[in-house]
Amino acid sequence: MSMDDLYQEIILDHYRKPHNRAPSLDGEAVHVHHSNPLCGDEMDLRIRVADGHLDAVVFDGEGCSISQASASAMTDATTGRELKDALDLAEDFRLMMHGEGPSRPDDLGDGIAFTGVAQFPVRVKCALLGWMALKDAIETHERGANAHTVTHEE
Amino acid sequence: MPIDVEAVRSHYPVLDRELDGNRLVYLDSAASSLTPEPVLAAMDRYYRWSRSNVHRGVYPLAEEATDLYEGARGDLARFLDADPRGVVFTKNATEACNLVAYGYVRAHLGPDDVVLSTVMEHHANLVPFTQAAHAVGAEIRHIPLTEDGQLDLEVAQQLLADGRVTFAAVVHVSNVLGTINDVARLTEMIRDANDAAVVHVDGAQAAPHLPVSVRDLGVDSYAITGHKLLAPTGIGALVARPELLDRMQPFLTGGDMIRDVTLEGATWNDVPHRFEAGTPMIAEAAGLSAAIAELQTLGMDAIRAHERAFTAELLDALATVPGVRIHGPKDVEIRGSAVSFVLDGIPPHDVGAMLGSRGVCVRVGHHCTKPLMRCLEVAATTRASAYIYNDVDDLEPLVEGIEAAAAFFAR
Ligand SMILES: Cc1ncc(COP(=O)(O)O)c(C=O)c1O
Repeated sequence: MSMDDLYQEIILDHYRKPHNRAPSLDGEAVHVHHSNPLCGDEMDLRIRVADGHLDAVVFDGEGCSISQASASAMTDATTGRELKDALDLAEDFRLMMHGEGPSRPDDLGDGIAFTGVAQFPVRVKCALLGWMALKDAIETHERGANAHTVTHEE
Repeated sequence: MPIDVEAVRSHYPVLDRELDGNRLVYLDSAASSLTPEPVLAAMDRYYRWSRSNVHRGVYPLAEEATDLYEGARGDLARFLDADPRGVVFTKNATEACNLVAYGYVRAHLGPDDVVLSTVMEHHANLVPFTQAAHAVGAEIRHIPLTEDGQLDLEVAQQLLADGRVTFAAVVHVSNVLGTINDVARLTEMIRDANDAAVVHVDGAQAAPHLPVSVRDLGVDSYAITGHKLLAPTGIGALVARPELLDRMQPFLTGGDMIRDVTLEGATWNDVPHRFEAGTPMIAEAAGLSAAIAELQTLGMDAIRAHERAFTAELLDALATVPGVRIHGPKDVEIRGSAVSFVLDGIPPHDVGAMLGSRGVCVRVGHHCTKPLMRCLEVAATTRASAYIYNDVDDLEPLVEGIEAAAAFFAR
């Protein structure tokens, strides 16, 4: 197993200087907390919604570089998108983590750097954490709720 | 006699493997040990030469199979200085703990009783007892840690003071901190407070590494798991006083564990067979005997001395790496060979990935001790754990790998 296959430079950049990392969000519509007990990853994700669009997406949390960097790249790729479009992109990323070629590589932005993670099954969960939290936040919003907590079991 | 590590290593074919050009350095024996050739040979011989079911067979093969299986019971009893009538084979330590929780705690405790546990338990020795305590309405109390990761026996004394603790489940050696608990003393304290109390010990991390006399510890039951002491996966045991087993309810029912069966009911076989329903793990029992022979040839005192010396070197080596913080006692007299640490600012998963890419096998995560992780205020640790096939030549790859992770992930 090579470190370079897993840890692309883009991933390390997001890990070192995460984008949209914040412990709170003005005008927050939904706050979800997701954890991955097996590896100890914890993630708080907050979204603000305007006109059916993701007006802002911020995350905060603790965990391995893959989970933190992936969440950072996710916020860049999804901010400004329509809610349904963001859900669709999250599904594209999920399929990519299960070895399928992404159908929207350009829209995934830096998220595309995580393609190699699919070869490391134990790390797939880490890369998915932020995306799954986003999906949950949007669905929570659509249900008319404003908070939700999810624990991802093995 | 000191351990000749080169000779030991020659019994483990996997140690000849290279991973991406790196020598395999196995520092994850607290999760599972490697398997030596004689253990593989014993299992192979059973399947090729004596293959048949145990008990009730009247032909030579069946007698051989029965001898292998019952022989393992005797070997394990001698290895742990216990009564063979108290040895119940299970699939692992987890099942042995569940056996006590279902067979004893749920059958005998009630709302007036208190279960004593500790904050350093593996989930295997915690969850079955919290569940059982909830089911019967018993209270549960936990012994906390001292600064250096030992059980706080002063607080334990207070927890025992009202005499209501009638059952205790305590780990002998922590799989995270490495702490060797003074189980004999704690057992005495528990019995001084209530002489009818039953003491169950999780010996999963002790039996592979220390000379253990269940008799001298004075406990009522002791759980072990084969795969951590050179034996195959799929076999463990509850090593108990036969009198405790006599008072326990059957847990799994079916063949082999009965004396007589009518269409309406059944009467139970004698202990320990009462707790072994169905066809047991015969090849694994043969493997366990071979594993015990391997350990006894080296000598448990020699194994302990070897690991103590190695752990001292390991602790010294880790102390030279900037940013490494060790969780657990620094004094090798009161600790075993599992050493947990965190590297400042760098997630354990990434440290483990870097080490793994260099052929160094360590474990990262919560190690099935979530309550302990909360006490230590960490989400996860990296753990290096040694056994008889580790030597000081394994330290350099470990330390270099940690330093490489520190450089690679530096922010
Ligand atoms: C202290 C301790 N207890 C119990 C267990 C459970 O062992 P097993 O999974 O073989 O049942 C382990 C191993 O992970 C352990 O380290």
